[in-house]
Amino acid sequence: MSNLKRRGPLIVAVSVGVLLIAHQDNWFWNDDTAVFGFVPIGLAYHAGISIAASIVWFVATRIAWPLDDGAGVVDTGAAMSEPSHAPE
Amino acid sequence: MGDGVPQLITIIVYLGLLLALGAFSGRLFGGSKEDYQVASHSIGPFLLLMSIFGTTMTAFALVGSSGEAFREGIGVYGMLASSSGIIHSLCFFLIGVKVWQLARRHGYATQIAYFRDRFDSDFLGLLLFPILVGLVIPYLLVGVISAGSVIQALTAGLAPEMFKVTNAAGEVNRAISGGIPPWLGSLAVCVVVLLYVLPGGVRGATYANAFQTIVFMVLGVVTFVVIANQLGGGDSFFDNLRRLTATVPESHSTRVDMSKTKFLTYLFIPLSVGMFPHLFQHWMTAKRADNFKLPVVAHPVFIMIVWVPCVLIGVWAVGVYGDPAMRPAGPPLPKNANTVLAFLVKVHTPPILGGFLAAGILAAIMSSLDSQFLCLGTIFNNDVVTHYAGKDRFSDSQQVTMTRGFIVAVVVVTYLLSLGNSRSVFALGVWCFSGFSSLFPIIVGALYWRRMTAAGAIGGVCAAIISWSILFWQGTKVPIAEGGLSEFSLRLPFGGEVYELMPVTAMIVSSAVTMVALSLVTSPPEEERLRRFFGPRSV
Repeated sequence: MSNLKRRGPLIVAVSVGVLLIAHQDNWFWNDDTAVFGFVPIGLAYHAGISIAASIVWFVATRIAWPLDDGAGVVDTGAAMSEPSHAPE
Repeated sequence: MGDGVPQLITIIVYLGLLLALGAFSGRLFGGSKEDYQVASHSIGPFLLLMSIFGTTMTAFALVGSSGEAFREGIGVYGMLASSSGIIHSLCFFLIGVKVWQLARRHGYATQIAYFRDRFDSDFLGLLLFPILVGLVIPYLLVGVISAGSVIQALTAGLAPEMFKVTNAAGEVNRAISGGIPPWLGSLAVCVVVLLYVLPGGVRGATYANAFQTIVFMVLGVVTFVVIANQLGGGDSFFDNLRRLTATVPESHSTRVDMSKTKFLTYLFIPLSVGMFPHLFQHWMTAKRADNFKLPVVAHPVFIMIVWVPCVLIGVWAVGVYGDPAMRPAGPPLPKNANTVLAFLVKVHTPPILGGFLAAGILAAIMSSLDSQFLCLGTIFNNDVVTHYAGKDRFSDSQQVTMTRGFIVAVVVVTYLLSLGNSRSVFALGVWCFSGFSSLFPIIVGALYWRRMTAAGAIGGVCAAIISWSILFWQGTKVPIAEGGLSEFSLRLPFGGEVYELMPVTAMIVSSAVTMVALSLVTSPPEEERLRRFFGPRSV
């Protein structure tokens, strides 16, 4: 699992790249087949892309999540305050 | 009951429920500026998912999706919906989580505060302020105007004499005559949004968004089933689906008339969510970084649940009304594609469903409006008044009062602007997304590129807005008869062919190239500042 996590960002980057390439489905451009008899294949395919995107992002949250929970967050109590440029 | 009465009652009940929700969230308000603007970073995964999804889905998700499918066919799903499923989650993953971490660490509530601090540049903040506000306002206007139009269309016939509408020839326009006039419908929606946002701030908006997202998702599916059964005319739901799809002409069941390069470059449009100021504010409400996981995963499927039924309804309308054997008795389809869904509901479903659909569409509209009003109020308070007058000059409660005051002012200005020319605003709305997308390289560079400098950021923002302005000006030259601004595209001749590209392509390229070039020719940022945002440089 740790090996998978080390390669996680690369796996996710490749998966998202594949999704983006698959999104340009020139092969179904002029195809009017109806899947299950009622969903035009161009629509069914892209609904599949939506489901595949959810799966890819699920995998991303498991192997390439950018933050350990709470990591790097120091609640200093200074939240919402910001540097002022007004004369003191 | 007369025409439009059940719809009006449903709309009033729905708006009343929102007011009750606003009163409830107001009771939970802790009184601090942090609670008002970012809900004290207390929002869990489910509410974060629903508020983010509700904020990104506008009226376009229900009305525009069926209307565009009616005009262009099933290709609009790939162009606008499946692309958003990939790209929106990518933005939440790459940008949302990272800015949440930085904002929690350094106390930002707005993008401008982050950019100003990251590049130590007040000028960058001053530059971004009018651009972000200027891009949000037309987006707001589209929502306010759509709300008025939807209420009018779905309450048509309510008061035939009082709210009579005639066309240029003096004939009564049956589609909208007698309905609540747009100025009144828009006013009611603005007041309701104001009343549920003002007491509880972003917490009120989050609860309302969650409720409204559930409403428009459920009602979208219910509308789909009822319309399929009514238009299909058979006993079995699946037989009706097959009968309806069989009528759809090839032009709408395929993408034969759609440009492949335009389809490809439409992928740049959803990048806009990376720079939406109202979404930034919702990200800041998350209690933990892990709370982003559910929105990242569920967002693409949620888009599918809303969009697939609407796209099918749009293409069925073309097929059924174009097929003499299937064409229903009654009035013909309206010419305005965006009114097709409301027309089908009005003509083919019981009045009560028309009221529910109106509630669903208003839910989609208001779940974006509330966040946009709130973010502009927050920007005015934090990035203008507090930043320049001094953070210690006002107490927390005074700042909450000022934020509320700015929200009221933004609502009033938006409402007054909505009474003007609506046609041009709708075209402008499409360009807002391109404007936000053109700033995408700036936020990615700021978050991930140590070498990016203030000059690079300022140059990139200028390049984005200059290229946007030039292309917009070119777009205004397209005659209305040829689609006007919304149909403008770049035409790239190559190898004897002419390829159509979305204008946003040029905007993103120009901002990215300028940002990189200017960053590389100017002095690198101070190491101490970079350490605050990136940690120590790895050896």
